[in-house]
Amino acid sequence: MSLHQFLLEPITCHAWNRDRTQIAISPNNHEVHIYQKSGNQWVKSHELKEHNGHITGIDWAPKSDRIVTCGADRNAYVWSLKDGVWKPTLVILRINRAATFVKWSPLENKFAVGSGARLISVCYFESDNDWWVSKHIKKPIRSTVLSLDWHPNNVLLAAGSCDFKCRVFSAYIKEVEEKPGPTVWGSKMPFGEVLFESGPSGVSGGAGDGAGGGWVHGVCFSHSGNRLAWTSHDSTVAIAEGGKTSTISSLSSETLPLLCVSFITENSLVAAGHDCYPVLFVYDGTKGSVTFGGKLDVPKQTSQRGISARERFQNLDRRATSSETTEQGLESLHKNSISQISVLEGGKSKCSTFCTTGMDGGMVTWDVKVHTHTTHYTHTQSDTLLYHWDGRRNGHMGRQGTHTTHYTTHTHSLTRYCTTGMDGGMVTWDVKVHTHTLHTLHTHTV
Amino acid sequence: MSKNTVSNRFRTVDVDEYDENKFVDEEDGGENQLGPDEAEVDSLIRQGNLMEALQAVLKNPPINTKNQNVKDCAEGLVLKVLSAFKSSDVDKGVQSLDKNGVDLLMKYIYKGFETPSDNSSAVLLQWHEKALSAGGLGCIVRVLTARKTV
Repeated sequence: MSLHQFLLEPITCHAWNRDRTQIAISPNNHEVHIYQKSGNQWVKSHELKEHNGHITGIDWAPKSDRIVTCGADRNAYVWSLKDGVWKPTLVILRINRAATFVKWSPLENKFAVGSGARLISVCYFESDNDWWVSKHIKKPIRSTVLSLDWHPNNVLLAAGSCDFKCRVFSAYIKEVEEKPGPTVWGSKMPFGEVLFESGPSGVSGGAGDGAGGGWVHGVCFSHSGNRLAWTSHDSTVAIAEGGKTSTISSLSSETLPLLCVSFITENSLVAAGHDCYPVLFVYDGTKGSVTFGGKLDVPKQTSQRGISARERFQNLDRRATSSETTEQGLESLHKNSISQISVLEGGKSKCSTFCTTGMDGGMVTWDVKVHTHTTHYTHTQSDTLLYHWDGRRNGHMGRQGTHTTHYTTHTHSLTRYCTTGMDGGMVTWDVKVHTHTLHTLHTHTV
Repeated sequence: MSKNTVSNRFRTVDVDEYDENKFVDEEDGGENQLGPDEAEVDSLIRQGNLMEALQAVLKNPPINTKNQNVKDCAEGLVLKVLSAFKSSDVDKGVQSLDKNGVDLLMKYIYKGFETPSDNSSAVLLQWHEKALSAGGLGCIVRVLTARKTV
């Protein structure tokens, strides 16, 4: 994994081009900056200035090489590269509030814009008049739309909004495409039809749950489109499988709310948010359960040095504990909330690299090695993933000394190691070490 | 100047009520929720079976009901059970709850913070610390984001 600090301002949104040599980011203002990768450095190559308000969403179409941006000025522009210059084309969205999110459809013949006007604007190009036309999906959205994701069939659109619900709509535009075949989400798909709507908090059962829920920050379809995952402001992550009505598995996590989520295989997803590190979740289709797979940011273990008496008293004064950890700040790579995750390589079915940008102005690329295999050592799952051991002495979130269960991956050059911990237990783990890792995994001392 | 400008009554009008796009929560029929069973919980406390009392008092939370009395009653009962625990047993009590139980306990704890009485805050803070280590920050976030709470 590697961190590149672009600027000190938050990166509100980013988008990569097809071969991942260029990245378009918005540094929390009215402009889009495009950076070109040259060696290990990023060089600014273009500045796109047309918006009058903060840019809230950028998406770069890989095949047609067009960028669509949307902003708080209620407009969207489609940019095309002509003679080395990006030329904008205004798209009339007909919204009376800011746009919040934009995404190209898989075939890149239309894009969807979420907005604070409680509607989604689906835009397509009308070649007769040579301009972009928008159609609105309004019912039954009752608050700002925060995030969108397209189904691979180019027709279904998932939307997460501030009215605590995640929905799947049909965005079928007869002018640009054929009638879609039936999917697990439904077979009749007129424009604007709601094919799925999550319950109040999507939890199946549980005392007192089912009331509440939070704003749905991020939604993501799996690679096949049969599964939909969303993260919500009440620190939950939920997955629904199309077809099986009201099969929503959700996990109330112990972390702060997650803002963005992406599938990296059909059974696992990575999400990140206000806790500043990405986390892995694993979904078991047969049991219908979501489990926490581990944090994906293993901080460098600071060398254990003795702490002087003076420092002890200083710590007592500052932090009311005389603990030894000299945490200057966060130990994660990102120093502020992560707002967006994008898959770089491998697609959503076999992702090998993904990238996160956040409010600290940094961009981190992460490597994942994912393998499916049938033999198992410690768990009865057939799809297994890499896990990271959290080497911090404090362990996970307050669970002193307990080991979280992880799913391990095996490849040809597999290494095994054993950890002993403060709970007096000894566990053997099979681990695949990253090729780019800067951190090494440490064992606890008993 | 005309005397009509003196009237300030328009300032007390709640304009949001007349907004046709105002977001109204879904009404879940909560009229049947009566809160935890007082008799059962009292008897369990008297018997000294505090673990069972904790489980019993966390049943039937009056989340959806609009009856404030039921909610106050439930809160008082929960506070009684929490105070009856010895400091060393608080940890075991929290461990005996499942995830939803910890979330519910945290909701009651924060509700209890709102109306402090003699010793309630100290007891609640102890419980808060243990519940936090079991439920993590997500648990507190769920208390904050819950639309309908105890």
